[in-house]
Amino acid sequence: MKALILLSSLGVITLLAEIFSFKKLLYPLVLLGLIATFVFNLSDWNTNMTYFKMMRFDNYAVAFTSVILVVAFLWFLMSESYFKEETSLTDHYALILFALAGSVIMVSYTNMAMLFLGIEILSIPMYILAGSKKNDLNSNEAAFKYLIMGAFATGFLLFGIALIYGASGSFDLAEIKDYITLHPANIEPIFYTGILLMLIGLAFKVSAAPFHFWAPDVYQGSPTVITAFMATIVKTAAFAAFLRLFNNCFASVSVVWVNIVWVMAALTLLIGNITAVMQSNTKRMLAYSSVAHAGYMLLALLAGNSYSSNAILFYAAAYSIGSIGTFCVLFIVAGAKGNEDVESFNGLGKSNPLLAFVMTAALLSLAGIPPTAGFFAKYYIFTAAFQSGYTGLVLVALLASLVGVYYYFRIIIAMYFKESNTETIPVQLNHKLLLIAVAAAIILLGLCPDFIIRLL
Amino acid sequence: MITILLIFFPLLAALLLLLIKGEQVKNIALGAAIIEFVISIFAVMQFQHTADVQFQMNCNWINSLGISFHVGMDGISLLLVLLTTFLVPIIIFSSFKNNYKNPALFYSLILAMQMALIGVFVSLDGFLFYVFWELALIPIYFICLLWGGENRAKITFKFFVYTLSGSLLMLLGLIYLYQNTTAVDAEHLHTFNIDALYKAGRGLDAAHQGYVFIALFMAFAIKMPIFPFHTWQPDTYTTAPTPGTMMLSGIMLKMGTYGLIRWLLPVVPLGVEQWGHLAILLSVIGIIYASCIAIAQHDFKRLIAYSSIAHVGLISAGILALNVQGLQGAMVQMISHGVNVVGLFFIVDIIQQRTSKRDLESLGGIRNVNPQFAVLFLIILLGSVALPLTNGFIGEFLLLNGLYQYSAWFAAFAGLSVILGAVYMLRAYQKIMLGHTNDVTSSFAPLSGNEKTILVILCAAIIVFGIYPKPLLDISEPAAAKLAELIKLK
Repeated sequence: MKALILLSSLGVITLLAEIFSFKKLLYPLVLLGLIATFVFNLSDWNTNMTYFKMMRFDNYAVAFTSVILVVAFLWFLMSESYFKEETSLTDHYALILFALAGSVIMVSYTNMAMLFLGIEILSIPMYILAGSKKNDLNSNEAAFKYLIMGAFATGFLLFGIALIYGASGSFDLAEIKDYITLHPANIEPIFYTGILLMLIGLAFKVSAAPFHFWAPDVYQGSPTVITAFMATIVKTAAFAAFLRLFNNCFASVSVVWVNIVWVMAALTLLIGNITAVMQSNTKRMLAYSSVAHAGYMLLALLAGNSYSSNAILFYAAAYSIGSIGTFCVLFIVAGAKGNEDVESFNGLGKSNPLLAFVMTAALLSLAGIPPTAGFFAKYYIFTAAFQSGYTGLVLVALLASLVGVYYYFRIIIAMYFKESNTETIPVQLNHKLLLIAVAAAIILLGLCPDFIIRLL
Repeated sequence: MITILLIFFPLLAALLLLLIKGEQVKNIALGAAIIEFVISIFAVMQFQHTADVQFQMNCNWINSLGISFHVGMDGISLLLVLLTTFLVPIIIFSSFKNNYKNPALFYSLILAMQMALIGVFVSLDGFLFYVFWELALIPIYFICLLWGGENRAKITFKFFVYTLSGSLLMLLGLIYLYQNTTAVDAEHLHTFNIDALYKAGRGLDAAHQGYVFIALFMAFAIKMPIFPFHTWQPDTYTTAPTPGTMMLSGIMLKMGTYGLIRWLLPVVPLGVEQWGHLAILLSVIGIIYASCIAIAQHDFKRLIAYSSIAHVGLISAGILALNVQGLQGAMVQMISHGVNVVGLFFIVDIIQQRTSKRDLESLGGIRNVNPQFAVLFLIILLGSVALPLTNGFIGEFLLLNGLYQYSAWFAAFAGLSVILGAVYMLRAYQKIMLGHTNDVTSSFAPLSGNEKTILVILCAAIIVFGIYPKPLLDISEPAAAKLAELIKLK
């Protein structure tokens, strides 16, 4: 709860900066604010506080909030120049901070109303930020597409909530769960329909196939830093919300949804990875790769056992850190070269060894090669799925990760093998810090994952 | 403790190298590799000749999943560690004359790979084994990608994906075994401990042991490689820079055969019973097939690549024959093949550097110009074709003997490898060294001191262990006997 309060007040303060003109101080203020939030958030550990039966800050919520805050801190390190370029910078800070507040609600809700509020608080800033390059046609297209599709998905979600309310008479997760246990034989059909509609709404938010079509266009069109935000924080929060709902509340009626999620996971893995291979635009490729990673996380959701929460927590952390690294390098390289094609990475190994090294580490992690964090994340998810007997799906996931190697390595090969006489790209200090932190985190999490997977 | 030192010393040296600039890099890399060799000699001296796993070290790693950093060596591991520590200094030394760009990175990758290879050979925890197994792939990928020959991006990528697909199947098999281990205590429901995995594998019914066999065998078969999973190998061996090829063929290939011995046979004996026959059949087909292709090769480096497929086919057939002779033969042959193939690739490198040709047809008559080289080449070549009194003979003899006990027919066909091996090797020798000296070879420069040292060391190893292989056999004998008993065989 402290995290939520702090983030919201930080957002309000950034809005005041316009009036009281301390805009120059905003950037350090926000960074400090995030650190403070992180610390206060940790103090909620093991308290298990419930607020008005609307939110509960159990360890699950605290752990996911921490991951979101760390990634947000890294994200701010990456995006300093984005805030400088923009004319109306204070509202951008505020939008991002409110989006973070929304994501905190999404990981801690115990009531359907809060779930809806969280998703909307997170999504509306995203719709705006996707279109924040006002003069860019693609950015406008991205914002419009995201808004229309997002509104549509929210409609599904709300409809689902309404139907579930109609059957169970409650928005409260615990009471809905009780409803299922008390009426095992005569659950109303609209309840099941409600679950399926909510499934669709959430699948849209995590960009799982076949509800992923918005992702590539939106990711490509949005400013790179906003894409990075969507690919990491939004996805983490959405999965935390997904898991909280389906693994607690709807676990006892899993018969209804497991087969659907099975197919969705397989489709997401295959479509995401195979389509990524065909992309020549790096940003679009990363968009498809982010779709593919949603597939792996669906595996853990499907497994629904004691490993699941930890598996998704670890995967989300590993994936987000790797993604922030790749997006940051892409941001720097595309900024210098003027385009986002794979060719713009040519010769980076020679001209900027640090960028190339971090990119390699991040890509190896995304591809799941030891000793990186991504490998352990995948391994853990596979173990979870295996434990629940989804051997076939694990095989599909293995195949998909082989395909994944193909497109991740295209960039590695471009960096080290393709020659190009580019000059060294200057790298800002905050980017250097970020990149070193990312590389260290990838290796550290890969070598000692124990302290995270013991949390939940 | 010494095991930990063996694993992490090369890594430390590799990291140190990255900080150093200038010409000193080569010497420091060589120095580190030699120190590593000395450490392994210490290990050999302290080694008790029993079947026990010695120099054990077991500490918690990912405790909540029952994964531990558990390492140790029995005779089989120790021999392969010794092979690695012996070959790496030679490989580094042999590359001194080539001026690779960015040498610090190059040697640091070689040392990093050494660390991973030793890790593979000493791991006693399934997860740790997998991590080292994959870790070995990254340095060699970059060695091939950055310093390789023509068309390397495509070829090394094929190599990477091929081996990775095998590894992923192995991971699947390992996770499956892990899920079947029994609870150690309330907190640790499963464990990756090697003995627990053995127990879990043996507890499965025949059909499931068969599946696990296939999953694990694929990984090892691709790494070795066994027909028909070998298609990545000739291209990769030919394209890689010579030190990379030596690492691949001399040591990395042994990861596959070692995997068979340690992580397949004792785990799923019933699986071996079902599929072993097919696996031996594939190995024997590979022997003959690769030998025949080797006969038709014009590129000397490629010829050796194919000969390596033939040799490793015999090793895997001998291992799968499941008797002490076969296992012991495999141990000796792994060492011999490592030494011989590194020697052969070094010879290719010497010839290529002087004449910039590897094509058999365009060479000839080098013996007339450089008789010293001719003698050293001949000794290595004879070791490779398994002439009695060379190291190759002991291994092949034991392997064929072991295979004969399994099936006379298989032994007969596998025995062709000795004959066919003589055909393509002697033909290559004839075309390169004998005959008339031509424009290309007439100015063949004498061997430098470094080159002579390396060749003499390798030749000495070939002859000494050909005449008196007992020290090597003694190290691995008890472990091999224990293993054979574990698989409960004739």
